Amino acid sequence: MKSIVAQELVKSYGKGEVKALDGLSLEVEEGTVLGLLGPNGSGKTTTVRVLATLLTPDSGSATVAGIDVLKHPDEVRKVIGLSGQYAALDETLTGWDNLNMFGRLYHLNSAAAKKRAEELLERFSLTEAARRPIRTYSGGMRRRLDLAASLITKPKVLFLDEPTTGLDPRGRMEMWGVIDELVKGGVTLLLTTQYLEEADHLADSIAVIDTGKVIARGTADELKNQVGGERLEITVEASQIAEATRLVEQATGAKPTVDAGIRKISAPVNNGSASLIQVLRLLDDSKIHPLDIGLKRPSLDDVFISLTGHVAEVVVETEGGKNATKRK
Amino acid sequence: MLQSVSDFLVITKRQLLQMIRIPEVLIFATIQPAMFVLLFRYVFGGAIDSGVDGGYVQLLMPGIFVQTVAFTLAATAVGLAADMQKGLIDRFRSLPISRSAVVIGRTVGDTLQNVVTLVVMGLVGFLVGWRPSSGPVKIFLGFLFLLAFGYSMSWIGVLIGLSVREERVAQNLVFMTVFPLTFLSNAFAPTTGMPKILQYFAEWNPVSTMVAACRELFGTQNVFGATANSWPSQNPILMSLIYMFLLVAVFAPISVRKYVRVSK
Ligand SMILES: Nc1ncnc2c1ncn2[C@@H]1O[C@H](COP(=O)(O)OP(=O)(O)O)[C@@H](O)[C@H]1O
Ligand SMILES: [Mg+2]
Repeated sequence: MKSIVAQELVKSYGKGEVKALDGLSLEVEEGTVLGLLGPNGSGKTTTVRVLATLLTPDSGSATVAGIDVLKHPDEVRKVIGLSGQYAALDETLTGWDNLNMFGRLYHLNSAAAKKRAEELLERFSLTEAARRPIRTYSGGMRRRLDLAASLITKPKVLFLDEPTTGLDPRGRMEMWGVIDELVKGGVTLLLTTQYLEEADHLADSIAVIDTGKVIARGTADELKNQVGGERLEITVEASQIAEATRLVEQATGAKPTVDAGIRKISAPVNNGSASLIQVLRLLDDSKIHPLDIGLKRPSLDDVFISLTGHVAEVVVETEGGKNATKRK
Repeated sequence: MLQSVSDFLVITKRQLLQMIRIPEVLIFATIQPAMFVLLFRYVFGGAIDSGVDGGYVQLLMPGIFVQTVAFTLAATAVGLAADMQKGLIDRFRSLPISRSAVVIGRTVGDTLQNVVTLVVMGLVGFLVGWRPSSGPVKIFLGFLFLLAFGYSMSWIGVLIGLSVREERVAQNLVFMTVFPLTFLSNAFAPTTGMPKILQYFAEWNPVSTMVAACRELFGTQNVFGATANSWPSQNPILMSLIYMFLLVAVFAPISVRKYVRVSK
């Protein structure tokens, strides 16, 4: 069964000059994770806001857990959890206060709300910080609490909008761990991200989005295969480039590309490890010792560039929640 | 129905919790009007010849009370703009709660804060010579009137807060409008000194009718009021009630609608 279906969503801002969504369609199978992968400004947040009933699209339709988002938003709200791009918590209150408040707003009775708050704090390793105001929390703790707040009533469908943007590597690893756990619990998850390796790690399938449209979909491996298979890459001393290139061609049977500037030779290979061993043997026979050698699977970065013709942008979070955009 | 009541009470409770978690906010919110009482009482009090029993402070206190509750608009606007900015409003909107719970909860919460502020101001006023003379029932009604006025102003604040979406913008906008409104009135000085056109404005200004109503309820003759014997200055209590009714009747539905559609 499909847990999330979006059909031809269109949403413009202003007088129609900014098309945030331009006929976006997607589907998420029940109990799976879809990674909505796209650069800054590609329409990820807008998609999540439409599906979470916060925004009405200009046209198109969507269902969540089989419920029509536009016709029965109140019903949808009962079965979803949302953790937005920025932690949406009451900063002056403690973690415990926040969870308790959201519990009551999800209509748990007083005792049940308290119990659930304790459970979630425990599960997200926040018990120690529970009685401190949120403003004393680190970015990672905030995101975890924000996620906890979206799980109060064990939603069937969960939306996480860039759950790790702005976190340091440790915070990101913790968040990944938490999300992995959740997914094991069987929730249907739509996760947006600008991080290619994040979609790779967390999602069952990926929809690549750019300028408000899904431009590719598939598993991480399928997307990578669209760009091509593995490549063998070696780096050698400048004086040995010519000889090494000849040997690589002999071993792989393909014409290598050479980047003389960084002294890197690369060639597509079919049987990666076998070719690797053979090249090493030939090089060794010719007394060439490569500075670096390896097999490279195309990264999702490569996928992205080949699909969109431009490099993914990464949002750098600065103090005060304002974004600066930098090229990666 | 019962559910929506409990929804808005949760939001109100959140605000009361905020007061407990950061008491500084409430302390400052209280010190400011208390300071006003002292400043006006001792800086202008000597210069203004009030001509009422008990001196200027009797006229001043209703004026400062009304000014303070008029600023509930600011508290509401700034509070909601901050929630908007932080994305909290979005989160509330994604919850299965009634569509008016968040804004009703906010207006009620701000009114409860006024209770604390008014009590402190009343005590400070008493210390510096304010002696309402109309008996407990009317005094109580006077305070109730003030709370009701604050509550109706709060609804304008909802619309402003949700519209500007940024705490600082809300703050500036609100202060630029509410301050002139409270000074273009009979709150601190007689309106007779103003140019004719401003006198008319001052007479119809809800702040003036409120101040006049409170002076009546607290038992002080409103010698700063009526210059043209206009209807609002003749019937300040009724006129104030009409204003409050109009404010809520107009701004509550617009604000709730705004909340339902607002998007960050
Ligand atoms: N409230 C808004 N008003 C005007 N333009 C907006 C608004 N929200 C988003 N946009 C524009 O819509 C596009 C998609 O935005 P968004 O969905 O936030 O992208 P993402 O989350 O992928 O970064 C961007 O060009 C953005 O500038
Ligand atoms: Mg976004």
